[in-house]
Amino acid sequence: MSWVWYVVAGLASGIICGMGIGGGAILIPALTIFLGMEQQAAQKINLLYFIPTAAIALRLHIKNGNVEKSGLLKLTIYGVIGAVVGAFIAVNIDGGYLRKGFAVFLLTMAVYEIMKGYKRWTSKDSKRSKTNSV
Amino acid sequence: MGLIVGLANGLFGAGGGTVLVPALEKFKPLETHKAHATTLAVILPLSIISALVYVWGVDVDWKAVGLVSAGGVVGGVIGARILSKISAGWLNILFGLFLGAGAIRMLFS
Repeated sequence: MSWVWYVVAGLASGIICGMGIGGGAILIPALTIFLGMEQQAAQKINLLYFIPTAAIALRLHIKNGNVEKSGLLKLTIYGVIGAVVGAFIAVNIDGGYLRKGFAVFLLTMAVYEIMKGYKRWTSKDSKRSKTNSV
Repeated sequence: MGLIVGLANGLFGAGGGTVLVPALEKFKPLETHKAHATTLAVILPLSIISALVYVWGVDVDWKAVGLVSAGGVVGGVIGARILSKISAGWLNILFGLFLGAGAIRMLFS
C-alpha cells in the first residue's frame, strides 16, 4: 500500500506548488524521511513531478488572468542564461559557504514575508472592526 | 532580475522561485497573487531544462515519478484554485513559513 503515500506526498506538495509557494519543501522531506528514499533520488522526482504539476496549475493561472505576460519572455530568457551559468559555477566551486549565506538571506526574506502578511492581516481586521462599529 | 533568479536556481538547485516572488512584488511591481503565478511561469521552463540536464542518462524510479505526479497534478489544480481565493496577507504568511522551513533545511544540510 506504500504507493498511496507517494500519491499523497505528490498531492500535498502539488497544492503548495500550484499556489506558487514551492512544493519541494514538502516533497523532498516526505520522500526521504517517511518513504526512506535517498536525497538524490528524491530531488530527481521533485524535478520531474514539478513539470506536469506546474503546467496544469499554470494553465489555470493564465485562465484566471494571474500571469503577468509583459516582460515574461525576457525574464525567462535571462533566467535560463543565469541557470546555465549557475550550474557551471556550482560544478566548479565548493559552494558550502555560499549555500549557507543564501540560506541566511532566504531566512531574512521569510521573516520579512511573514511580517508583511501579518501587517496586512491585522490592518484588514482593524478595517473590518471599524466598519462593524459604524 | 531573471539572471539572478536563474543563477540561484542553477547554483543551489532551488530557491530561484523564492527569490523571484518578492522581487516581482517589489520591483516590477506586481500584486502578490500575480507575483506567485508569474513566478511559476518563469520557473517551469527553467525546471524543464534542469530536468533534462540532471535526469538525462541516470537511473530514475519512474514508477515513483508517475505516482507522485498523479497526486501532484490534482494538487496543482487545487493549489491554483486556492490561490485565486486566498487573501494576500495569508499568502505572504504561508510563503514566509515555507521559505523559512526551506532556509533552515538548507542551513543544516
